[in-house]
Amino acid sequence: MPGRDAPGSGAGTAGRTAGPVLEARDAVKVFPGVTALDGVSFSLDQGEVHALVGENGAGKSTLIKVLTGVYRLDGGEVRYRGERAEFGSPLEAQRAGIATIYQEVNLVPQMSVARNLLLGREPRGRLGLIDFAAMRERATAVLREYGIDVDVRRPLGSLGLGVQQMVALARAIQADARVVIMDEPTSSLEPREVETLFAVIAGLKARGTAIVYVSHRLEELYRICDRVTVLRDGRAVHTGPLAGLDRLRLISLMLGRAVSEVRAEGLTKFAGHHDSAGEPVLRAEGLARRNLLRGVSLAVRPGEIVGLGGLLGSGRSETAKAIAGALPLDEGRVSVNGRAVPGGSVPAAIEAGVVLLPEDRKAEGIVPTLSVRDNIALAALPRLSRAGIVSEAEVDRVVAAFVDRLRIKAAGPHQPAGELSGGNQQKVLLARWLAMNPKVLLLDEPTRGIDVGAKAEVQALIDELAGDGLAVVLISSDLEELVEGSDRVVVLREGAVAGELHDDITEDGIMAVIAGGGHG
Amino acid sequence: MTLTETTRERAGTLFRQHGALVVLGVLVVAGTLAFDTFLTPANLTNIATASSFLAIIAIGMTFVIISGGIDLSVGSLFVLGGVLAAYGSQYGTLAALALPLAVCGLFGLVQGVIIARTGMAPFIVTLAGLLAARGLMLSLTGEGATTYLVEDETFAAIGQGSPAGIGYPVFVTVAVLAVAAVFLQRTGFGQNVYAIGGNEDAAALMGVPVSRTKIIVYLVSGLLAGLSGALNAARLSSGVTILGIGLELDVIAAVVIGGTLLTGGAGGLTGTIAGALLLGVIQNLINQAGGLTSAFQQVVSGAFLAAVVIVHRFLSRRAAP
Amino acid sequence: MAEPARGRIAWFQEYGVYAAVGVLLLFNAAFTPHFLALDNFRTQLVQVAPIVIVALGMALVIGTEGIDLSVGSVMALSASVIALYLGYGAAPAILMAVLAGALVGAANGALVAFVGVQPIVATLALLVGVRGLANVLLPQLKEFVNPTLVAIGSDSVAGIPIVVLAAVALTAAVAFVVRRTTFGRQLVAVGGNRAASRLSGLPVRRILLTVYVISGALAAVAGVLATSRLQASDPTSLGLFMELSAITAVVVGGTPLSGGRVRVLGTVMGAVLMQLLQATLIKHNLPQSWTQMAQAVIILAAVYAARERR
Repeated sequence: MPGRDAPGSGAGTAGRTAGPVLEARDAVKVFPGVTALDGVSFSLDQGEVHALVGENGAGKSTLIKVLTGVYRLDGGEVRYRGERAEFGSPLEAQRAGIATIYQEVNLVPQMSVARNLLLGREPRGRLGLIDFAAMRERATAVLREYGIDVDVRRPLGSLGLGVQQMVALARAIQADARVVIMDEPTSSLEPREVETLFAVIAGLKARGTAIVYVSHRLEELYRICDRVTVLRDGRAVHTGPLAGLDRLRLISLMLGRAVSEVRAEGLTKFAGHHDSAGEPVLRAEGLARRNLLRGVSLAVRPGEIVGLGGLLGSGRSETAKAIAGALPLDEGRVSVNGRAVPGGSVPAAIEAGVVLLPEDRKAEGIVPTLSVRDNIALAALPRLSRAGIVSEAEVDRVVAAFVDRLRIKAAGPHQPAGELSGGNQQKVLLARWLAMNPKVLLLDEPTRGIDVGAKAEVQALIDELAGDGLAVVLISSDLEELVEGSDRVVVLREGAVAGELHDDITEDGIMAVIAGGGHG
Repeated sequence: MTLTETTRERAGTLFRQHGALVVLGVLVVAGTLAFDTFLTPANLTNIATASSFLAIIAIGMTFVIISGGIDLSVGSLFVLGGVLAAYGSQYGTLAALALPLAVCGLFGLVQGVIIARTGMAPFIVTLAGLLAARGLMLSLTGEGATTYLVEDETFAAIGQGSPAGIGYPVFVTVAVLAVAAVFLQRTGFGQNVYAIGGNEDAAALMGVPVSRTKIIVYLVSGLLAGLSGALNAARLSSGVTILGIGLELDVIAAVVIGGTLLTGGAGGLTGTIAGALLLGVIQNLINQAGGLTSAFQQVVSGAFLAAVVIVHRFLSRRAAP
Repeated sequence: MAEPARGRIAWFQEYGVYAAVGVLLLFNAAFTPHFLALDNFRTQLVQVAPIVIVALGMALVIGTEGIDLSVGSVMALSASVIALYLGYGAAPAILMAVLAGALVGAANGALVAFVGVQPIVATLALLVGVRGLANVLLPQLKEFVNPTLVAIGSDSVAGIPIVVLAAVALTAAVAFVVRRTTFGRQLVAVGGNRAASRLSGLPVRRILLTVYVISGALAAVAGVLATSRLQASDPTSLGLFMELSAITAVVVGGTPLSGGRVRVLGTVMGAVLMQLLQATLIKHNLPQSWTQMAQAVIILAAVYAARERR
């Protein structure tokens, strides 16, 4: 509203038609320990669909949050419709005409579809009271435009995620948005719904609305996007038209590896091939889970590091969780040294010697209120106790050994683990599992979000552990890490194994399988 | 698979929304069959009048709980309101009504501001409010030793009069309910209360004035607790200092039995009224049965509350995603 | 600039309750006649002992990010059960009372851990129901003359009342459980990060169940002690509002309601602080009502200070 009847809108009109509608110039955003945006410039023209791509931690979500007023910039500026913009909150950005549709649906699940759609703009009847009949009618009509035919009186949360996503979209676009930012809008949609979404996007584009489209699904990008900006490590490494940009080239830009470049010597701390003879210690067969996994099989021998490749959402983390008992399975079985492990039970998996370093360190790993010492000892407590009483000497011995071996840097063993850096938190979690003497180590993004030095240390450690005879499954978005760390790489796509690379593991090879070229 | 899930989900919603009403109906039928004296106009109005004080507070609590909060101070505010009304009645009818509403409303307002501005847990803030209101009440009554009598006859009549055999408190409850229902269901404010309780972050992103809505909700809860206390003082002709302590828990029980989720974002006033009446009917039936103490009523209420949440939990438990 | 301020807040969170107790003691030593007399100390400690015992269990429950509203009713139930079984002797009666408390705790724990009911609703149901049950079992106050029970309530060992000794012993036991046992470590982990605890293979449900059982048993012990001091079973008013006093002690003692941390000594100090405050105001002829308003301010201040760290 304020934007619309602002004085001097004449000058604004000129700026609107000529320049980009939304722009970031040399945007810098620093978090403690990490530079999330390192001078990113990004511009969005009227009526274009602009793809924003990059792997995890590349800075996509930070850029979106900077553009929509969630974060304040530490350097550079955001310009909207030709003027410097400083949105204090997402709500301000939204009122100015920038709508965001988040990956997780940001609506109220308990309220009805109609109420969600029209909250704050309910049709009023006599005495200024809400007219429910009119509200139902309007909501039904609006949603029908999006090809959705539901009882709008039902609670939103009782509907499928796809429908919820479309309601969020309909709500955002209703608000006369000039810019619509879509963060992975199709991740929960059925194919038919995706088609509807694309039709909506085409309609918006025809109206002159600018769209930022974030997705990992390359097919979609090529179908609907005009331009692409690739982010990597907080920098915009490429901006240009999408048509004519080779698919392999796009992947190589995202992952930061030149297609043809083959290094003689790696940059990671992985030493290379391990002796991995003998029978597999871990066997996973036909792991299936509705919407997530479609029959993944995997076998790992002692001393072998098997990489799990694939883009985000391909089922990498889900495979690891299923093996570790943290994700219930519809079908499939896991066995260790030939003995079946009961599914869906973490204690059973741990008992069998299978442990998982989870992807989300904060939510699923570290107990922030507990000390470094207690975090390390957490899983092993029963083994470090006698008659239910913790043997402090034993704990001290184990903790000291791992703090030393993993070079965990903390003010002391009694410092709360929540205060440590990401790298040291990761080492604490590794120590927690190594204290259990596992047979199989599942590592989900073990080096993500930790600084270079700690990264090298963790990589060297993984190598050493495999050398000691552990079976390791390594999940990483960092191709270099995958190529140099793994003895074998299994590539997943859409919840199934798409291919496997044995002796000649190259980034090009992995990218080819990811891109759908097929490889074995 | 999907069919049974939907059926179960529907059953859950239906049970939550109308369970209290159904059980109330069953109890009324059972009471009628068991006791000749149950389904008489005198007994029914008796139940309605006795339940109305709880019901008025529960209406305010319903707003609070739907918004995702809780208000532990209402029991103390109820007593404080009664004392203030009796004290004020020496200055006339208006003072007898205005004084409790002003002070209890102010209590609610301050609690709301603290909750909305500092982000402290409603549980703690209103726990402090409970103690502070009780302290204020005690200091007004010479540590509970003084009982103010209602001096104003017009005011006393509000509590004691019963046109057409129905006590004024019942009319007040119905009026409060009607206004509250319109606000909760038919205004933007009501929509905002649901939205905040359902998903506070999303509500903020959807443009809901979160702080203001929360403040109003606690203000309303305080006002209604004061009103109920004043009515009770009028009925008893005095500001009794011991009744109603611990009432907050009965109120919460009535709201939860009525199908409003403590997690916020869902619920309604019909259920709350049914919940309050249900507690009243249980008490009445136990009195009718004779030989059973009111303690038995507590056992039944507690068991009933547990049964309600268990059934609801099992019906609403979703299959893993 | 911000650093010293944060340091001060942290210091306040850590030692504020001890400092406040110290200040009150100094104030009383200087301005309250006869405050330092042994008799006075004894009276204060005897009064605070049941609150301390209940608050210990509450601290454990809050450490798991839960709450137990039923503790006051459990005290009443234990008073009733004692009266019912006193015919068999003091020891069986006490045993049955504690068992009844543990059973109520098990019901709370089952609702929370296995059914998935919110702790506040589950324990509210038992607050209402168990108080009623206590009254149904024993409809009115009943005096008794059992010498063992009377002795527990009024005798001293080496000048220290048995009631106080019991509180000290239970504090030591709970502190031991929290600091030294596997269960104690696992309990705070569950409160600190439930998802991480589950992924680390901890028996989360069993831990939750056990915590509520302990809280119920401790409340029952407090009920036994309070009953033997009264020399009468009083299911109608024994333990009324005990849940509020216990929660206050825990919160003022620096245990966050968000779980993941249990401060045993802090909890004891929280209870002592509230008791001292009341005693101070009474000795200076300030009415009871002031105490409650002062308590309200202290609760808000304690939680406001703790709010910063999350």
